[in-house]
Amino acid sequence: MTEKILSHTFANGLVLVAEPMRSLESAAFSFLVPSGCVHDPTDRGGLASFLSEMIMRGAGNRDNRRLVLDLDNLGVERHESVADAHAYFSGVTLSENLPAALTVYADVLRRPHLPEEHLEMVRQIMLQEIQAIEDEPAQKLAIELRRRYYRSPWGRPSQGERRAVESITLDDVRAMFAERFRAAGTILGVAGRFEWEPLKEAVGRLLGDWPGGPDARPDQATAQPTVGHVAHESQQTQIGIAYPSVPYRDDRYFEAWGAVGVLSGGMSARLFTEVRERRGLCYSIHAACHSLRDCGGVFCHAATSADRAQETLDVTLGELVRLARGIEEHELTRLKARIKSALIMQQESSAARSASLARDWYHLGRSRSLEEVSRRIDRLSCASINAYLTECPPRDFTAVTLGPEKLEMPNGVS
Amino acid sequence: MEFRSHTMENGLEVVAEVNPEAYSTALGFFVRAGARDESADVAGVSHFLEHMAFKGTDGRSADDVNREFDELGAHYNACTSEEHTIFYAAVLPEYQDRTTALLADILRPALRDEDFDTEKQVIVEEICMYEDMPPFGADDKCRAAFFGAHPLSHSVLGTVESIRQLSVEAMRDYVRRRYGPASVVLVATGRIDFDALVSVAERACGAWAPVVAERAVPAFEPVDQFLVLEKRSATQQYAVALAAGPSAESPQRHAAKLLSTILGDDLGSRLYWELVEPGLAEQASLSHCEFEGAGVMMTYLSCTPESIDENLRRVRELYAQAEREGVDADELRQAKNKVRSRLVLSGERPRGRLFMVGGDWIARREYQSVAEELAVLDAITLEQVNEVLRVYPLTHNTTMTIGPRTDVRPPK
Repeated sequence: MTEKILSHTFANGLVLVAEPMRSLESAAFSFLVPSGCVHDPTDRGGLASFLSEMIMRGAGNRDNRRLVLDLDNLGVERHESVADAHAYFSGVTLSENLPAALTVYADVLRRPHLPEEHLEMVRQIMLQEIQAIEDEPAQKLAIELRRRYYRSPWGRPSQGERRAVESITLDDVRAMFAERFRAAGTILGVAGRFEWEPLKEAVGRLLGDWPGGPDARPDQATAQPTVGHVAHESQQTQIGIAYPSVPYRDDRYFEAWGAVGVLSGGMSARLFTEVRERRGLCYSIHAACHSLRDCGGVFCHAATSADRAQETLDVTLGELVRLARGIEEHELTRLKARIKSALIMQQESSAARSASLARDWYHLGRSRSLEEVSRRIDRLSCASINAYLTECPPRDFTAVTLGPEKLEMPNGVS
Repeated sequence: MEFRSHTMENGLEVVAEVNPEAYSTALGFFVRAGARDESADVAGVSHFLEHMAFKGTDGRSADDVNREFDELGAHYNACTSEEHTIFYAAVLPEYQDRTTALLADILRPALRDEDFDTEKQVIVEEICMYEDMPPFGADDKCRAAFFGAHPLSHSVLGTVESIRQLSVEAMRDYVRRRYGPASVVLVATGRIDFDALVSVAERACGAWAPVVAERAVPAFEPVDQFLVLEKRSATQQYAVALAAGPSAESPQRHAAKLLSTILGDDLGSRLYWELVEPGLAEQASLSHCEFEGAGVMMTYLSCTPESIDENLRRVRELYAQAEREGVDADELRQAKNKVRSRLVLSGERPRGRLFMVGGDWIARREYQSVAEELAVLDAITLEQVNEVLRVYPLTHNTTMTIGPRTDVRPPK
């Protein structure tokens, strides 16, 4: 199904993992730098995001304008974000521009100017982002659910807190850069059209002498389940439910993933059928697996008018509990068809592949080929998924609602 | 890469860009029916009908439709705009025939009363969801003000009231009038067996009775206005400004795309440097949208309520300066590089190509390969870009701001 995955670990700890996709004209890269928001000092929530924004404002011999201009002229569709463990810097461009794009990013990661005159501008951007969440109820709910589900600091929002962002100084930004932007723990995924040897040589030249250093992170765990309500002036009530699941590197992850696929993959899945199709209770409802390295969870979301929110919550929870009774053969057949076509279609997207390669390496210390994933999917059976569900049934729900009125939590929900 | 086309006796067209190297196949029925084709008493019917298509046909229940799409491993959905309703699926090539037949079938939905009433609630929830997200209401309301009595003023979603009063008979009548074969194009991209595609389409749609649907394309005279809409629950202040721009038929549309990239792309544009990079606005962008017989240049701005006046003033000054002095050659080169790369990248996936090929065909009955499109782009001159600014000045616009402020004044 796919060509070979190639990887190299440089002496300083930097990992390069790459997969050629010769049917494409593009090449994509994903840097995972161990500078996620779990490393924000307690009184500086948002610092990692602040740093990630500052870092694009000039690097090496390019000032802020030159940097953006050069990447634009290289046709790099780029994206930066900060999650729990990592800061992400990714881009996709035409194959012939990949070496030049990586040269720019080597400056960004190693020699950013972090210019003082941009500090207040970046602070204003950060504060506006925090403020804008108030107008996005679904996002506001997701942040609150995550905060409750994972034990601190893993449930933190990457946007940080208003007061903390107001007090971030240039010294804070520089200190975090010095501590977190280093080769150890950084993973570079590359996919698309490229030649391996020249790529490895270029990355070695650009980043091979980047200092390494230790790569430590705080322990990961889920919190005690809780139930909460956030008062919000809105027409709809947002409902969020999370419950424990195995992490990506657990061998049973594919069973857990399959079970969630039966709940919420495609329009014949249980939640969509029962909540939306049969009862017309809401427009959007979905559930998905989320994984840290050492623990994970299933996160569900639904939104509906306040007067129908209680029924939506009850039906949704009913479906989660019913899942423990097992899935059926016809559900598994559809699930496999969807996964199989998704895997094949991943070969049409260098951006999706480069992100998967890097993410795999973080979780597993290696990257899975699509062939390997496909073989593992073939091994999924009703018996294996139902055995998993017997062992780890959906329970210990953390639930949050957001809207004009609080809902009744049924018995059994903490 | 090969382009193929076929017109059925009843007028339904089949077009395909065949790429034997692709891993997947994308299929879509593009229907020339959207909000602009609705009368006031059925506002929102095109979008509601898009939902009802998935609720079953004479031979299939709603569960059957969803189950069959999932059995095919399809990545499928539908969308409705002012001008079109599109039903599409990306699948592995071996499922081309079954997917085509299934998509064709749902274009003749059963529209059962009970399903209609249940789905009505879902549509109302979709409208409420957007109501809770203030930026979304803004463009709909601004478009209504900008287009006035012109049919492009119609909202795709409709309102809670218009949806509640809509009858299933009115929807049946709408399908009869607007979903005739001459209004439908079957578009396919990726690894396609074209002969099989035509034969499945003939079997599935050959008996559709020919009905010709007229579309009103009245002339349109934009006016300058400034409107303030209070939304007390909003935290940020939003503004949308609409100015006239080249239509879908206009040869100036390519230059307009480059102009909007130069002035208002998300990154590296004049609006970016003026407002976003310094942290004055959370978002500020300009984009070009083309319709049949009309086009708009849409400015979008979100910022804190207290900074809206100053930001609107800066946007106006930025546009006035561009109109006075034009844009420069370096900016044009940068914009071409960006657009070139985006075209190639989005064309790599059959499902990305589907919307480009289908969009070109339904708007202009024209096919352009990616290479041809790149050549057109490369040939655009600075003079042509600046000409767009002269013909379609951005400072003449309808501006609407939505948010907690009621005392925002038009910028001087």
